[in-house]
Amino acid sequence: MKETGPIAVHTISVIVDNEAGVLARVIGLFSGRGYNIESLTVSTVDTSHETSRITIVTSGTRMVIEQIKAQLDRLVPVHKVADLTIEGDFVSRDLALVKVAGVGEKRVEALRLAEAFRAQVVDASRDSFVFELTGAANKLDAFVDLMSELGLVEVARTGAVALSRGQSGL
Amino acid sequence: MASTKTIQDPAATGAPGDEAANAPMSGAQMILKALVDLGVDTIFGYPGGAVLPIYDEIFKQDKIQHILVRHEQAAVHAAEGYARTTGKPGVVLVTSGPGATNAVTGLTDAMLDSIPIICITGQVARHLIGNDAFQEADTVGITRPCTKHNYLVKDTALVPDVIYEAFYVATNGRPGPVVIDMPKDVQIEKAPYARSGHREHRTYRPQVDGDEAALRKAAYALANGARPIIYSGGGIINAGPEASELLTEFARMTGMPVTSTLMGLGAFPASDHQFLGMLGMHGTWEANHAMHDCDVMLAIGARFDDRVTGQIDGFSPGSTKIQVDIDLSSINKNVAVDIPVIADAASALRRLIAIWKEEKLGDKQPPLVAWWDQIERWRMKDCLAYADSDEMIMPQKALERLQHYIDGKEAIIATEVGQHQMWAAQFLKFDKPNHWLTSGGLGTMGYGLPATIGAQIAFPDRLCIDVSGDASFQMNLQELGTISQYQLPVKIFIMNNEYMGMVRQWQDLSYDGRRSHSYSDSLPDFEKLAEAYGIKGMSVEDPAKLDDAIQEMINHDGPVLLDCRVAKIENCFPMVPAGAAHNEMLLAGDVIAKPKDDEALAVV
Ligand SMILES: Cc1ncc(C[n+]2csc(CCOP(=O)(O)OP(=O)(O)O)c2C)c(N)n1
Ligand SMILES: [Mg+2]
Repeated sequence: MKETGPIAVHTISVIVDNEAGVLARVIGLFSGRGYNIESLTVSTVDTSHETSRITIVTSGTRMVIEQIKAQLDRLVPVHKVADLTIEGDFVSRDLALVKVAGVGEKRVEALRLAEAFRAQVVDASRDSFVFELTGAANKLDAFVDLMSELGLVEVARTGAVALSRGQSGL
Repeated sequence: MASTKTIQDPAATGAPGDEAANAPMSGAQMILKALVDLGVDTIFGYPGGAVLPIYDEIFKQDKIQHILVRHEQAAVHAAEGYARTTGKPGVVLVTSGPGATNAVTGLTDAMLDSIPIICITGQVARHLIGNDAFQEADTVGITRPCTKHNYLVKDTALVPDVIYEAFYVATNGRPGPVVIDMPKDVQIEKAPYARSGHREHRTYRPQVDGDEAALRKAAYALANGARPIIYSGGGIINAGPEASELLTEFARMTGMPVTSTLMGLGAFPASDHQFLGMLGMHGTWEANHAMHDCDVMLAIGARFDDRVTGQIDGFSPGSTKIQVDIDLSSINKNVAVDIPVIADAASALRRLIAIWKEEKLGDKQPPLVAWWDQIERWRMKDCLAYADSDEMIMPQKALERLQHYIDGKEAIIATEVGQHQMWAAQFLKFDKPNHWLTSGGLGTMGYGLPATIGAQIAFPDRLCIDVSGDASFQMNLQELGTISQYQLPVKIFIMNNEYMGMVRQWQDLSYDGRRSHSYSDSLPDFEKLAEAYGIKGMSVEDPAKLDDAIQEMINHDGPVLLDCRVAKIENCFPMVPAGAAHNEMLLAGDVIAKPKDDEALAVV
């Protein structure tokens, strides 16, 4: 629908049957209908491996977001769809691995900043580090930004995983 | 759908330890057993290497008839015709690779029109999957967006469960096509036939009954309306004949006018005075104006398709909109709805009728006299009027005469796509559901002939007619072979205007008459073509002989093709032109303005 309302970012949790093709179904839905995916993560989350949890960060007008949720909901292997952004407070975390190469001043500065950000050093050589950092997406963005001047080589990020705050779950 | 309730499930109740029941069966045998147990009597199919084990089992039994089509697309359309007329899911069997890809158009058609189809596709053996093996295609990948759900069966023991689940998924909630991809070695491998006992999907449970508060709100909004209208769609047909009866009951008890989408024709009797005809792009003057001016609208089993709404900004601007649909994603997709109700149409109507009675809402309703007066004034426009001719058969006339001769015969009518389809929707009168087969959502030329075959197979004694076009007919004309083989008494009524008439109409209206590639050059002699297949061929061009020709076609005991040469350059009206709202309709004889802008050109 042609709608001109404001565009908002939403974090959506989807519980799906852990079966072949389910991720392709979800991604195909987004590409086929022209919805945005800012990030998407998926993993099984129960011990019997029967269900997976998909966390999707997407953006759109209010009606588009409603459509996205309705379209997800009607996929046969989807059990539950929750819009964390409107259902109350939630926590969202992203994990990044950040490789930085350099020597001397820059190397020291990179390490100092990593400590300030509580990043872990998970690999080190005489002229490089790989930092591991978890946090909200904007914290990771800020860290990567700083590293770009200190010898940033490459970054790998997971995309957001998120849960609602408080005692209840999906 | 109601049909699922009639399915018996002996396997689930079979005594445990029953030796015969647990004797190992091949995957192919399991498929046949499950289909028989699910009440399937007909398969539309086409063989090939990857389904030979299943065909071998078909050969050995006589509980299920197999109808051999001439192209896999036609197998799906035939199954759609079977499904739409019987209310039962249609079953299709095709081979891997090209068999499956040929079926894709039919599957997409069934997806868009919400028709329950089970399509079993052969697949290469499990160990060959992914190797670009001979006739391998990624069928589940290709059909994912054009099916409601699909399966690749990798474990022979799961064959019965998958088939039962596929039937459940295809027929419950919003119906749709389901593909079951069966590797050849799974068809051959043996395993005990065992059912897990539950036929439903583990988690898929569509909502059937609407929220009571929303239904009450809807009933009150309708009772408050001085200018109410019911806008019904194909969802009513899918909800079963009871939904049509309930719709009729509700409309009569409330005195509200009813309009229908293309897919919904027959759900409410066309001969009823409360029926305004079809709405939308080629809908009636009265239906579209009533939609535009109403103050409350009950959309039920209809999805505000762009062919229905015209320009969204101008669509029924002042009304409170109630939408009843089984599919949440149909709500607020194109048009913002005030009162959404997620429910099966029959269930919702049953509740609306009960609430109306309990709350005596009829007493609270304002009089609808002024509204009906206004509607009568719109009706007086006589929007389907056309200039008749003694020289040539006007297409509208041809359908009026056809209607005259099929009246009271409970005929099943299918169409192809184009002008003839719209004229058929306007001029043929459907008083009952399940008698009208047309490709609404996808607009698939070539749908009608195989759909007629499917209907005729389901109802061997019924008059089944394909209202066809010269261009559309050629898209699946190979099915004359199927008709001939099974001696199906279908009537093929080609409205031959020597054009892709609908394309020509658009070119004339929007592209200054540049008729780019819309002339049907090199048409075959349809009469002889029919005869070549052993089918009676006829043609008529003289308006004075039209009635005789139609009668002869209908009365012939066997298949007939009637090549009805109609006026070549007639346009289909009324018409909501590009980028216009419902109250800006054009009638025959109006001066036609070109679309206002590029945006308007792009949306139609
Ligand atoms: C498979 C397919 N290809 C193309 C179209 C586009 N199209 C819509 S109507 C039409 C012309 C149909 O011509 P005909 O069957 O002769 O019907 P008429 O409009 O003349 O009644 C075409 C080409 C379509 N709907 N389906
Ligand atoms: Mg034509």
